[in-house]
Amino acid sequence: MDIQWNILAEYAPFFLKGTLLTIGLSLAGIALGTVLGLFIGLGKMLKNRFLSLPFGIYITFFRGTPMLVQIMLIHFAVVPLFTGETNAVAAAILTLSLNSAAYIAEIFRAGIQSIDKGQMEASRSLGMTHVQAMRYVILPQAFKRMIPPLGNEFIVLIKESSLASLVAAPELMYWGRAMQGQYFRVWEPYITAALIYLVLTLSLSFVLSRLERRLATE
Amino acid sequence: MIEVKSLKKSFGTNMVLKDISVTVKPQEVVVVIGPSGSGKSTFLRCINLLETITDGHVYIEGTDITDKKTDINKVRTEVGMVFQQFNLFPHKKVIENIMLAPMKVRNISAGQARKKGLELLRKVGLEEKAEAYPDSLSGGQKQRVAIARALAMEPKIMLFDEPTSALDPEMVGEVLEVMKQLAKEGMTMIVVTHEMGFAKEVGDRVIFMDEGLIVEENTPNELFDHPKELRTKAFLSKVL
Repeated sequence: MDIQWNILAEYAPFFLKGTLLTIGLSLAGIALGTVLGLFIGLGKMLKNRFLSLPFGIYITFFRGTPMLVQIMLIHFAVVPLFTGETNAVAAAILTLSLNSAAYIAEIFRAGIQSIDKGQMEASRSLGMTHVQAMRYVILPQAFKRMIPPLGNEFIVLIKESSLASLVAAPELMYWGRAMQGQYFRVWEPYITAALIYLVLTLSLSFVLSRLERRLATE
Repeated sequence: MIEVKSLKKSFGTNMVLKDISVTVKPQEVVVVIGPSGSGKSTFLRCINLLETITDGHVYIEGTDITDKKTDINKVRTEVGMVFQQFNLFPHKKVIENIMLAPMKVRNISAGQARKKGLELLRKVGLEEKAEAYPDSLSGGQKQRVAIARALAMEPKIMLFDEPTSALDPEMVGEVLEVMKQLAKEGMTMIVVTHEMGFAKEVGDRVIFMDEGLIVEENTPNELFDHPKELRTKAFLSKVL
């Protein structure tokens, strides 16, 4: 396992570009997935069963099928259906967002439902409307409880962005595979990619644990 | 001030309140006692519509709260409630707990809400806890903050749902003291409690409930010393 540093040096700029795209895909996936997830989570909590049904089906589909299948479908079928051509980066962002939204929706719902119902009753007994009680009392507490599971989901999302390499989006894993293809070496590209992913996920956990501590009462 | 007319409440097929009628006059302190499961908490929660009412009417200062056109949020600002489990907002400091509803519901400025909040904290003897979070308070302190929070809306009526039942015995006194003070100041109160001493000392009227019905109501002295109904006697012999 003698590491060939020279080919690593040659590929360094590509790994850098790839890492930036990985970060971009992940951030876009987190942002869009969170917004969509909140919306779907609220939808699933609707009391009317017919209205909440589509949201339930959405979650079932995206949680119940492999992300690899989803990215293939979206890349080769869905995106071309709308734009007439394939676009790997768009497909990757779309897949990551749609997939994580399903999980985030459930995290959001669980967070809200974990808040003691006495909190809503106390708020309402003071004359607050349902929306005010949600906004000032329930959601701030639910959000705090949602940080650890959200952190998990974001970490999964960073790692799963590597699937984008299979539709040739030039992110980190794509360049790792390219390096393997060019030099028939496996240790150098994949250990490098693994370490970079580790740095990304560790940075994210660090940010989230800081946030959690800042929101702590006492 | 409060008029309850043949109130009925069912949870599914389980009828919890079977025809309750009560009138509460301004400045009156009504104490509701009874065995657990008698429906006394449900009765209290129907008065500010935390429970939907199956049948009958509840009038608060002439407004029928069972009327769909009634703005219940408006009525609730006039009816403060104190819960057995305190239900303070754990993510907000004590003073913020008290300021929130006046600011959001009554649109009072932060400065004014704070001034009023500190005043109320002084009244319940907790001014120095203004910047603390609820988790750092004892049960008795939490309940006193909860009372201050309800009072911040300047309600005309206060409902107490077993306010001392979740407290360690040594903390019951401090909460009852605040309630006595409120009664002395002329607050209209309905208190569901197991504190018979409080009922005797502060209550103008005691209602004994069992199995969703009012079995007997009278002045505390009459009810405790000369109960007319067998069920009342049986209950009192167990708790006194």
